[in-house]
Amino acid sequence: MIGESRVPRFRRGVRFRYDQIRRAWVLLAPEKLYMPDEVAVEILKLVDGERSIALIADDLASRFDAPRELIVRDTAAALEDLSLRGALEL
Amino acid sequence: MNYTQPPMGLIAELTHRCPLQCAYCSNPIALDPPLGELTTADWMRVLDQAAALGILQVHFSGGEPMARADLVQLVAHASSAGLYTNIITSGVLLSDAAMSDLLHARIDHIQLSFQDALLAEGDRFGGYRGGHARKLEAARRIREAGLPLTANFVVHRQNVGRVEAMIALGEALQAERIEIAHVQYYGWALLNRSALLPSREQLEATNKVVTTARTRLAGRIAIDYVVPDYYAARPKACMGGWGKRFINISPSGKALPCHAAETLTDLAFPSVRDMSLKDIWTDSEAFRRFRGTEWMPAPCRSCDRREIDWGGCRCQALALAGDATATDPACAQSPDHALMAEAVAAAVDAPLDLVPRRMRRVADA
Ligand code: SF4
Ligand code: SF4
Repeated sequence: MIGESRVPRFRRGVRFRYDQIRRAWVLLAPEKLYMPDEVAVEILKLVDGERSIALIADDLASRFDAPRELIVRDTAAALEDLSLRGALEL
Repeated sequence: MNYTQPPMGLIAELTHRCPLQCAYCSNPIALDPPLGELTTADWMRVLDQAAALGILQVHFSGGEPMARADLVQLVAHASSAGLYTNIITSGVLLSDAAMSDLLHARIDHIQLSFQDALLAEGDRFGGYRGGHARKLEAARRIREAGLPLTANFVVHRQNVGRVEAMIALGEALQAERIEIAHVQYYGWALLNRSALLPSREQLEATNKVVTTARTRLAGRIAIDYVVPDYYAARPKACMGGWGKRFINISPSGKALPCHAAETLTDLAFPSVRDMSLKDIWTDSEAFRRFRGTEWMPAPCRSCDRREIDWGGCRCQALALAGDATATDPACAQSPDHALMAEAVAAAVDAPLDLVPRRMRRVADA
């Protein structure tokens, strides 16, 4: 698993926005388009190029009823997946 | 059932004009003439309708989209409508001035196509002297503008041995994505198929090169890899399913579920000059004809992959099997699957001469 201290940021050419028509968040990337699930949406809303995975997990842990350890793991996995697809830098 | 999901992407083929003459071009043999092209006002209306319909990304392509004088205006219009804007270009017209104008128009991404890793070969396959050098300049401009770059390499039997060098070139150009796309056999590419189709050995060697490079570049550069259908056991989900994700607009304004759809001459494709995108998407016969699974023949109808590949490509079914309603011959379960092996066999010793893509075909002497 990737370390908690890593700071995710959207790569150039990637836009994460709310789509009024679908009433859903969408992640728009060069010639790719993702519809992140609810968990991923909460994670991605906290991606600002400054917060580390640890800080993102802290925020989520304060709002959701799950052990922090599990949240860190899920957050890191979701972000790593998007980084391999080229949407994020870690 | 009448409810349809909104489309995701609009492919705006602004023009069929192109300074290059790639023999693998998937544009139709009968290219749309410049005089019949949609006007700037037409395209602006279409872009507004696209955003209202729920389209998220617009891909300006062609031909060469930069051959349209109003490209910058259209990009600006699309981005103010909230659309993600992408240009698919050969790059030979991307001057410093054009780059700076596009940046002001808030372009999101540029995909730059290369014909080869080598200069002389690139110029030969593109039919444009000096083209490769101009593409290198274009790549530099895109990076200096701070935009993400996708370097696209179309591969075929005459250049596929250089895939490693192509990936190295993509890296050197600091591309964020590299596309290694085997030729897809539509339009001019189908005409030139015997001179382009790789051998199985070539394909397997390429697969290995791509797999190795993907591991090496993981997390840095994403490599998209598109294989030819001719060695496949299952077809591709053409356009993610007919009338499911994309609307393709031809230079003259025809709305098509896939860019090769005009070969399906039995279907009347609506024009954006007469109909709104919304009506085209939800009501037109052309978009409904092969949408979903109800139209499917056996063996697709009862196959558990029917909502994965949607029965493959209608244009390929027509072009190869002579029937647009048939299972795509790329599928091993298609009764016409042997046609793929026959095409491969016919290519083995075929001459390497290519017919260049031109606006009007030179009459045979
Ligand atoms: S494939 Fe070549 S000829 Fe066809 S539009 Fe692209 S650059 Fe032009
Ligand atoms: S039979 Fe039809 S649905 Fe099944 S894999 Fe082949 S093309 Fe796809």
